[in-house]
Amino acid sequence: MGKSLYDKVFEKHAVRQLQEGQYQLLMGLHLIHEVTSPQAFSMLRERGLTVPYPERTFATCDHIIPTKSQLRPFQDELAEQMLVELEKNCAQYGIRYLSPKKGEQGIVHVVGPELGLTQPGTTVCCGDSHTSTHGAFGAIAFGIGTTQVRDVLATQTLAMDKLKVRRIEVNGKLRPGVYAKDVVLYVIQQLGVQGGMGYAYEFGGTVFDAFTMEERMTVCNMSIEGGARCGYVNPDATTYAYLKDREYSPKGAAWEQAVKYWDSMRSDADAAYDHIVQYRAQDIEPMVTWGITPAQSTAVNAKLPQASSFAEGDRPLIEEAYQYMGFTPGAALAGQKIDVAFIGSCTNGRFSDFEEVVKHLKASGKKVKPGVRALVVPGSQKVRERMIEAGFDKVFTEAGFEFREAGCSMCLAMNPDKLVGRELCASSSNRNFKGRQGSPTGRTLLMSPVMVAAAAISGGVADAREVFAIKS
Amino acid sequence: MQDVKRTVITGKAISLDGNDIDTDRIIPARFLRCVTFDDLGAHAFEDDRKQLAEKGKRHAFDDPSRQEARVLVVDRNFGCGSSREHAPQALMRWNKGIAAIIGESYAEIFFGNCVALGVPCLTATHDAIQELKKELASDPALEISVDLERKEARAGKVRAALSMPEGARKQLLTGRWDSSTELLEGKAAIASTAKALPYFGHWH
Ligand code: SF4
Repeated sequence: MGKSLYDKVFEKHAVRQLQEGQYQLLMGLHLIHEVTSPQAFSMLRERGLTVPYPERTFATCDHIIPTKSQLRPFQDELAEQMLVELEKNCAQYGIRYLSPKKGEQGIVHVVGPELGLTQPGTTVCCGDSHTSTHGAFGAIAFGIGTTQVRDVLATQTLAMDKLKVRRIEVNGKLRPGVYAKDVVLYVIQQLGVQGGMGYAYEFGGTVFDAFTMEERMTVCNMSIEGGARCGYVNPDATTYAYLKDREYSPKGAAWEQAVKYWDSMRSDADAAYDHIVQYRAQDIEPMVTWGITPAQSTAVNAKLPQASSFAEGDRPLIEEAYQYMGFTPGAALAGQKIDVAFIGSCTNGRFSDFEEVVKHLKASGKKVKPGVRALVVPGSQKVRERMIEAGFDKVFTEAGFEFREAGCSMCLAMNPDKLVGRELCASSSNRNFKGRQGSPTGRTLLMSPVMVAAAAISGGVADAREVFAIKS
Repeated sequence: MQDVKRTVITGKAISLDGNDIDTDRIIPARFLRCVTFDDLGAHAFEDDRKQLAEKGKRHAFDDPSRQEARVLVVDRNFGCGSSREHAPQALMRWNKGIAAIIGESYAEIFFGNCVALGVPCLTATHDAIQELKKELASDPALEISVDLERKEARAGKVRAALSMPEGARKQLLTGRWDSSTELLEGKAAIASTAKALPYFGHWH
């Protein structure tokens, strides 16, 4: 029996087995941001520890940064204090800080790949659960807590248990108007928010083979929403083409050597998996969540499910979701009025996400419905710059969207971008938890960026295939 | 020095109903705008508490008779959502501090974060949890003992079998849950593992 990429990466990075059975695992890349790192640095200082591999850690600011203006000092004193702390920590320990002033800032899971830092056959960690995004490159990438951030800073290693591996195959051809976001929402709906517990997800099959890197990132990003600690796609020519010539990608002879290593880390054809599931691409429709977990989703045109169609143990949560959202089982979500539309986040805030929306806005000439607050928030300053070069900013503003500065923004509303009261938001982000978007009673509907645009235009949940005449 | 071994944790209890209680509910994101964990305790479950209060209901964390609780009893997939340690930190700093959790299951990162902070998260069957909750509800003064050695919870007349992954349990029992000491000992092995990786040196 052969090995999976997960097994190979784990073996190569396992330093030793610890006394209680866990493994000490070496981290190839450590990313940090302002929210989960300050306490880790304080712990280092308290214990008089140093950072032996500072060149393996990179810092950015994303969660608290305002998107209207990034001018310093920020109006929010707490936010300003957090950024000052990050700058100070990076300077003290010799960690490269991706500065907004230099146009390098962005969401941690957008800037890592952009700079070529995320590479196949490596381990990546960050004090942020959506670190699973980096698995798109065939890296084993996972989120960690602040205490572990301290450990990685101090030792470049972590104590970890070995996971099982589930291969998730999606084969066939996606129908027009169905995107990577729909694929991952569908997978989570099928396997549940807990389904991935104890597993690493390997995504494969013809759909993933055909996906671009940005599409693969969208899917791997949400592995964690399915309970899997990490998710990955085996590296291939698409991966290498993306990485070629990026700032931190290997160059010249080192490139050839790296490709050889990357190839060797792919899952073997006869790899052993703990579990395999297969789905058909043609069964997937544009998806929308209707509840308070990412698994509570439905095809846009389907009727909302009855509580009785779920296992008994799940029913209380289904009922809680209906109550919170104010929806009725059996009704349709299509036509449900929305207040806010948000396109951005580490799930769907990359260039191609906006490009796809712009394509449809241009072709249809349609505009945001008056009364809907519609935000376009690039995932990084580089994405934003490219968008401006391509004229996307104008397309969006003319269509009635606000075109903002880069950051996490309304994905979790730690900056001033927030829902108000019970507002309903069509969002391209990854979490629809109660209160996630800044108002304790605010409501989130997760969907693809094109579906968000369709909702913004229609003023309510709509099938983007109808709004933009996408032929199926 | 404080004893770091976690063998039997005894204290009053507090129960929460509902599966999939996520970290954003444990500590709403707006309170994460901070550079220390010190003030998080007071804001644990703040939004859930407020919302129930508005409906004239009361969240367990607002129940005056439960303010001294040190053991939290929950349902399934507790702590799902974010990897931010702010959630266990908020629980640890709430009043007397939650020192142990019993539930049907936990989100993995949350579980790991808790172990790294010396807060054991043990699991029990659905029925056992319901039975425990019932017993605990009958008397707020009732103490529960969470016994890591015997893998058992005792409260009043109820005994519930507990389980926990062996590695984590041993770490807590022996007081070796603070990972950094052991990790630091691996210095030479770390360097040689790094050296054997074809990519590790190329950013120097
Ligand atoms: S965009 Fe959202 S999910 Fe992604 S890192 Fe930022 S807050 Fe987290």
